[in-house]
Amino acid sequence: MHAPSISLLGKRFVICVPYTWLLLFFCLPFLILLYISLVDVGNDIAPFKPLWDSETGILKLKYENYLSIFRSGDGGGLFKTIYIEAFLLSIWYALCTALLCLVIAYPFSYFIATASPRVRPALLMMVMLPFWTSFLLRVYAWKGILADQGVLNQALIFLGLTNEPILMLYTNVSMLVGMTYVCLPFMILPLYANLVKMDFRLLEAAYDLGASPLKAFWLVTVPLSRTGIIAGFMLVFIPSLGEFVIPSLLGGPENIMIGRVVWDELFTSNNWPRASALAVIMIAVIIVPLAVYYHYTGESADARK
Amino acid sequence: MPGSDDVAIKAFFEKHFSKLWLALVYLFLYLPLFFMIVFSFNSTRQDARFTGISLRWYQALPHDTKIVEGFWLSLKVATVTGLLSAVLATFAAFVLVRYRRFPGRTIFSGMVNAPLVMPEVVIGLSMLLLMVGAQNLFGWPQRGMLTIILGHTLLGMAYGMVVVQSRLLEMDRSIEEAAMNLGARPHQVFFLVTVPNIFQAILAAFLLSFTLSFDDVVIAEFLSGPGVNTLPQVIFGYARRGINPTIYAAATLLIVLVTTVVVAYSVWVARQTRRREREIAAATRAELAALSRQ
Repeated sequence: MHAPSISLLGKRFVICVPYTWLLLFFCLPFLILLYISLVDVGNDIAPFKPLWDSETGILKLKYENYLSIFRSGDGGGLFKTIYIEAFLLSIWYALCTALLCLVIAYPFSYFIATASPRVRPALLMMVMLPFWTSFLLRVYAWKGILADQGVLNQALIFLGLTNEPILMLYTNVSMLVGMTYVCLPFMILPLYANLVKMDFRLLEAAYDLGASPLKAFWLVTVPLSRTGIIAGFMLVFIPSLGEFVIPSLLGGPENIMIGRVVWDELFTSNNWPRASALAVIMIAVIIVPLAVYYHYTGESADARK
Repeated sequence: MPGSDDVAIKAFFEKHFSKLWLALVYLFLYLPLFFMIVFSFNSTRQDARFTGISLRWYQALPHDTKIVEGFWLSLKVATVTGLLSAVLATFAAFVLVRYRRFPGRTIFSGMVNAPLVMPEVVIGLSMLLLMVGAQNLFGWPQRGMLTIILGHTLLGMAYGMVVVQSRLLEMDRSIEEAAMNLGARPHQVFFLVTVPNIFQAILAAFLLSFTLSFDDVVIAEFLSGPGVNTLPQVIFGYARRGINPTIYAAATLLIVLVTTVVVAYSVWVARQTRRREREIAAATRAELAALSRQ
């Protein structure tokens, strides 16, 4: 009767270690974030005021932090604030990045999946290798490549494709190039994992039944790789939404993304409650596509049963 | 019905189109690396024209105290983060795979996975608020190395957990049962059977969280204190100001180091796999021989 109680103790210990860690360093910070998003802006000494007024003992919830995100103070229209604009722009850029990645990665993953099994590991490792070297440095290098007098413009002028250097750095172009570049492996890997398992006899069957290659691709390959496409899309879309480094290195003054706005609210405006409120909304914005994703994948898994 | 010429052209095109596409995407992936390696040897500060080979940026590198100090700090932070994350990730993966039922399991699995989808800005901000709160209450911890490690470990643990979890799921449990039948205690089974079996995954979790930590700038910016700057923070500071070829020299050294480690690691894994296959084959042969002798 001794052994089970020891193993039960062991089980409790094994569960408690990561559980406590996560409660302390994930749950608690989030609750504090929620709390600070509901208090008043402080003064120079403390960046925020306590929720309970120490003199009157009255609970003061400040919904204004949230309201000011949706409506500007000087009587502006609803949803016409820099914050909403930043949210919409972030969603737009994240969508563009995910689409660009999909267009580049789908043929790429398809060709690797159909390559001979002997070279596949090497081809995949070549995708992962740049991913292991500093992300920051690779983004930084694009700055030199895309500059007005940079390598790319010089090459274009040399080839006679343009006479004047094309303005690319600090525009939408440079930002999307940077985001696509960084996110590409996250699209390639799930697509590859999906396509490599595909039964190519199904394609042959489609050809035998008279489908053109394009039609067979569209009606057989694409639907079969649907889960890979969705997984890759999510893996690119979600991190892109909150991206901070790439917009601040490669983006221009008009490429305001929400990560940068939170940063500025905290470090420049010193408005901690509003930064927290923005972060809370950011989490909400990310949970929506995730919930849809889980709902969708859960459903398709059920359908397969 | 397509003629044979048509098919031949199409096949030719398809073959070369695939190669062309692969080449272009690889070029895209490697262009920044080539760029940094080439321009780290440039003789002037220019980043557009190659004016001649020189090693001046490599000579300047050890004298750039910010970069050197940042490097050592990052190395320390990443090593501790990697170790902590690997241990916690193993615990978390074990809990999720082996304990199907315990109170709060759903919350637990949600909490482990959530950092994977949280924007780094949100993780950094909420951790900063926690640290500020703790500092107001207990006067500890000061923002610095410790707080950066705690922030990075949250992320590293989540990524490491995915790696260890997938290995644990595919592990053959019968060997654990065999050990238990032979009288091993649960902790003995864990350390003598389970851990050696998933060691590759634990190492991968360590490497992954080490790299994440060594690479992260956002969480570090939120959680570091005055005068404490990791290497990515130093690089980020330089990058915002303009081009500095010393960074390219540092990058080139990093690329060489990482490439060596990754290639060595995959060769090691491939060798281990082959050795295991050989051993299994040998064991099978021995068994067959024994059977035929009977």
